[in-house]
Amino acid sequence: MIGVPQPTYAVEGHGLVKTFGNFRAVDGIDMAVPTGAIYGILGPNGAGKTTLLRTLLGIIDPDEGHRSLLGDPVPLRQARNVGYLPEERGLYPSMKAFEAIAFMGALRGLPLRTGRERARAMLEDYGMGASVEKPIRQLSKGMAQTVQLFGTIVHEPRLIVLDEPFSGLDAFNQGKLESLIRDQARRGVTVLFSTHVIAHAERLCERVAIVAGGRLRFDGTVDDARNRLRPQVRLRTRASDGGWRRALPAETLAEDGTWHFALPQDGIEPLLRALFDGNAGIESLSIERPGLHDAFVAIAGEAAARQMQEDQAREQAA
Amino acid sequence: MKEMMRAAFVIARRDFTAVVLSRTFIFFLLGPLFPIIIGMAFGGLGDRISTTDLRPVVGVAMSAGDVARMQRAHARLAERMGPQGLPVLRRVPLSPPPRVQLAKADADIVVIVSGSPARPVMTGQPQDIQRLEGDISLLASAAVAERSLHMVHVEAQQVATSVGAQTQGRLVIGRIAQIVIFFLTILLAGMILSNLVEEKTNKIIEILAAAVPVDAIFLGKLMAMLAMSFVGILFWGGTAFCVFLALKTPGANLPVPATGWPVFLMLAVIYFGMAYTLLGSLFLGIGAQAATVREVQTLNMPVTMGQMLIFFFATYAVDKMGSPPEIAAVILPFSSPFAMIARAAQVDAIWPHLLAIMWQILWVALIIRVGVLLFRRHVLKSGGGWWKQLFRSATG
Repeated sequence: MIGVPQPTYAVEGHGLVKTFGNFRAVDGIDMAVPTGAIYGILGPNGAGKTTLLRTLLGIIDPDEGHRSLLGDPVPLRQARNVGYLPEERGLYPSMKAFEAIAFMGALRGLPLRTGRERARAMLEDYGMGASVEKPIRQLSKGMAQTVQLFGTIVHEPRLIVLDEPFSGLDAFNQGKLESLIRDQARRGVTVLFSTHVIAHAERLCERVAIVAGGRLRFDGTVDDARNRLRPQVRLRTRASDGGWRRALPAETLAEDGTWHFALPQDGIEPLLRALFDGNAGIESLSIERPGLHDAFVAIAGEAAARQMQEDQAREQAA
Repeated sequence: MKEMMRAAFVIARRDFTAVVLSRTFIFFLLGPLFPIIIGMAFGGLGDRISTTDLRPVVGVAMSAGDVARMQRAHARLAERMGPQGLPVLRRVPLSPPPRVQLAKADADIVVIVSGSPARPVMTGQPQDIQRLEGDISLLASAAVAERSLHMVHVEAQQVATSVGAQTQGRLVIGRIAQIVIFFLTILLAGMILSNLVEEKTNKIIEILAAAVPVDAIFLGKLMAMLAMSFVGILFWGGTAFCVFLALKTPGANLPVPATGWPVFLMLAVIYFGMAYTLLGSLFLGIGAQAATVREVQTLNMPVTMGQMLIFFFATYAVDKMGSPPEIAAVILPFSSPFAMIARAAQVDAIWPHLLAIMWQILWVALIIRVGVLLFRRHVLKSGGGWWKQLFRSATG
């Protein structure tokens, strides 16, 4: 990426609206993906993630609003610098694996010969050397997905857009894909991906957007999202009652002799003092920072979170 | 534009190699040769059917002397008119009566002539009598005038050229060229209908649409199919040319089209290409709306009927150069290539062809654009105003 002037934001969308009939799939979304970031769009199925990505990439035009890709308001003009892995994977079944990768590169301006050389090297490095000459129809689903992923990056794009990239992959291949994404980011490539699995976003992303019902509910760093919730305190005392209990916050819950409550605004010190003074006898005390899942529940709501879990369970069952 | 052509070429190359390097392409190449091979194998039989079996058989129920006179007259007339010009004569018994003989289940005789050559009586169905009455009258007259009938010698004065014959020859060339282009188009362009179904069923369309303008996808597919057609035509044309050289009678000359053979053949190739891309772009646009192969199959019939209509319109105008129907056929984009090749056979002016080709290219571009617009609206679900979308640049 050295030598190429980079815009501050690799992807920008302002006031994006896309309707299908009476259904507003994308409802006034503003977002900006900083150049070089790994940026995740989180949301349950049907939240509008795919439509948002397709709109940003120029596959479909928005009804309202404007977008820019690598600083260009006409996304297709930047096709050579973008790699896209759609949610619905598609390859020509009769094409050989290395040819499929080279073809996808050629679509985005990579000379076919270079594409073929790179494709062979990529497949061999990945341990798929035996599949180089095999037609796609003879590959397993995971292998075909890997071929398509290589086709997405073979032309060395500056921006990679992945729509539900982990869907359909086993745990081993999910891990490999995470490594690949990190590797691309280290090379300065901006990675934008959508997912309904919070763990992937939490592990990979510096920034996330939370989308539900076609609307952007949150856009910021993972830390910002987690900081929206106060840390959770878990306290276990020897004494079950005493004057010190008045120092516990009003919304405290008791469960199996453990007190749960959000860290008070004025910190833990006043509570600790009350516990010592009241001889509560502290057996254990932990202050946990909320995870992205808790933040997601707080931001998008219980219903969206429940749907995400159902989506994930359905996918695992499939 | 350069980027769009590059992208179109990438897609064309993929489609072309996918088709041409497949095993089924051999069947595609051999397909049109099957009827020719079968035709050649059964050619002798075909000749027999057309020369012998189809001539009506006339029974002659006369005395032996009269039958002999009738048959001698038949032989003399056949020398001049050719055997195809006269019915077959066969002697039949004088009894039972002709009416009874014709009613027999195994009879292959159409009518029976009884009486004598001077007073022949025909028995048969009214339409057969009407059809054969003249022939029998001629044969009977020749039989009656057997000794006094002398065949008059016709003196021949040969000329090198005859404008009427040349006009007729060029008209025939125009018609043949129209038919050949039409059959090649109908044979090959129909395949374009199902061209985008593979991409849609295999979900590849999303990758293509994200990487290149939809116009480039359409153009690339057209280019690939046209190139594939040319491979087929080269193979079939080459085979036909070899057969022609092998069977050519020495001294037999083909009439020369008005523009001359080299220009005419070049125009024929161009007009085939234009007819193919005009119909192909329309088929691609229609086929792109179909989600499944079944939908494409359903579309096949109306599309073929549409092609037939266009062809009939163009052939109707072929012998009416400069008439309003001919000019209309030239202007109407889909019939234009057919009308223009007929013109190339009959009129030597070149400039109308340049105009027509530019006109046809304009229409190909317009049809592709409308097809792309419909595809974006109905398949990709990308909206926007009709006019704005129609004239915006391909990249958006």
